Amino acid sequence: MKEFIEHLYNELEFLEGLPFIIPFIIGSFILAFIIINFIAVFAGVCTYIERKVAARIQARVGPYMVGPHGILQWLADALKLLFKEDTVPEKADKLLFKLAPFIVFAGSFACWVALPLAPAFSPARLNIGILYIIAFGSSVILGILMAGWASSSKWALFGAMRSAAQIVSYEVPTGLTILAMLLITGTLDMHNTIAQINLDGTISGGQSQGLPFPLNYFSTNADNFSAGMFSWYIFRYPPFTFIAFIIIYICALAETNRVPFDIPEAESELVSGYHTEYSGMRFSFFFLSEYANMFVFSAIITTLFLGGWLPPFNITGSLLAPACGIILYMLVKGKTTDPANRFIAFCTGAGIGIFLGVLSGDKNYWFADYLGIQSLRFIEGLFWFFTKSFGLVILMMWLRWTIPRYRVDQLMELCWKKLTPLAFINLFCIGILEWLYK
Amino acid sequence: MLLDFGVLLLYIVIACGFLTAALVAGRIIRPNKPYKDKLTTYECGEDTIGTSFIQFNVRFYVIALIFLIFEVEIVLLFPWAVVYKNVGLIALIEMGVFILILLAGFAYVWSQKDLEWVKSEIETEKEHGTNL
Repeated sequence: MKEFIEHLYNELEFLEGLPFIIPFIIGSFILAFIIINFIAVFAGVCTYIERKVAARIQARVGPYMVGPHGILQWLADALKLLFKEDTVPEKADKLLFKLAPFIVFAGSFACWVALPLAPAFSPARLNIGILYIIAFGSSVILGILMAGWASSSKWALFGAMRSAAQIVSYEVPTGLTILAMLLITGTLDMHNTIAQINLDGTISGGQSQGLPFPLNYFSTNADNFSAGMFSWYIFRYPPFTFIAFIIIYICALAETNRVPFDIPEAESELVSGYHTEYSGMRFSFFFLSEYANMFVFSAIITTLFLGGWLPPFNITGSLLAPACGIILYMLVKGKTTDPANRFIAFCTGAGIGIFLGVLSGDKNYWFADYLGIQSLRFIEGLFWFFTKSFGLVILMMWLRWTIPRYRVDQLMELCWKKLTPLAFINLFCIGILEWLYK
Repeated sequence: MLLDFGVLLLYIVIACGFLTAALVAGRIIRPNKPYKDKLTTYECGEDTIGTSFIQFNVRFYVIALIFLIFEVEIVLLFPWAVVYKNVGLIALIEMGVFILILLAGFAYVWSQKDLEWVKSEIETEKEHGTNL
């Protein structure tokens, strides 16, 4: 973000007299506002999608009444929460009770600062990015413990203690796995993690020149787009990086309190865990930060393993594939109701898209050149980053309705006796391989 | 760099501001009719018995201790991981020794069965000589 504002600042004449800090603060503020609204909408849409996914898996219809196909259901829920009375129990520690949602929400929102959303574009470019995200993500535990303790309810306290023990335990394999990936990437900067991929020996695309003003900014930073999916870190040292991916994904489920590791809020034992006593708006912010956390974790995994904003195909016109897929899907949609046929149609369309891209043979994004908008790469990067992260979130929802809940002792055993030793072995193996093949 | 950390501060302020705005907006439109029964602590429909500020099982403390050791270790390993490519074999061996020392502690904890969430009563009896 800073680089982009610097670019604007140097080029636009009417900003000449101002000190740099003013446009910088205004720009950052606008971006923060966009992101916070995105989180709110994202959490809402996630609840809708989760209910739809659940319904589909259990052969039901799901929310259907509010808006077409129930698509506005989340808005109705949000409004309902806004109108609900906000009760604070008499025995509760009032200050801590009210402070807890702030800490949980601010902790999960602050993690977004370091996420590399698109080429040369993240809210702030921190040189300690990944360490910072781990550190700030942990502040959620503090908020949860605070909520559970301050509620002065047994259910809330048990939920909070379990949650703290669980998150804290799974932090160990998460940290070890991230360390293993750091051996490969060699940088803490989330942005460089992706930007350096073409330096690692894959194809380096051409740079386009002579674009009109704000667009020329993006063209200089998007030269590793043709790297292809086998340049991603997950394919670096095959068995070990796959294992690392699986370990960190399991840990992500546990750290965001998702099923099968949702014992902190297991309804059948603990009513609803640490937010038993919360209602209305305060409750909804716990909910919101839970979904925001799911996305942050998926984004970390996307960056470290799945190549961040890089498209998966070895062509630069990567948007062609989903575009063709969606067009074909739309054409077939009216004619068949079988989801399998629709899926086949989408895949065929995507295949045609890839074929067209390969046929064009031009690494410099032929149709964008034709249209004269090379900053499509920015949109492309944004598209792929969010598609990958969102895919991982959907996978979390899918798992929720597939796997039954773990018991507390099974959960602790899985973490300390299986994942932690495995993560240590994995770290050691990747270390040796990195030393041999660097 | 400093400016980038300023953005972080801005984000925390905006998060708190957003929450405050939502709560204030809620306060204007939502009902507020508290009475004694509504403000009692929830306990499955029964009257609440006793306080929730109770003694806690010691195993949470053990888990926290193990976590602390490992987390400090991981934080120490972060700079090592970043410069690993430049240093090479020596870094690998040194960290191998460092991790092995910590793993010895881990093995000890494991052998003492402190990683078991549910210790059977018979074993506890054997260890301490009495039935706790």
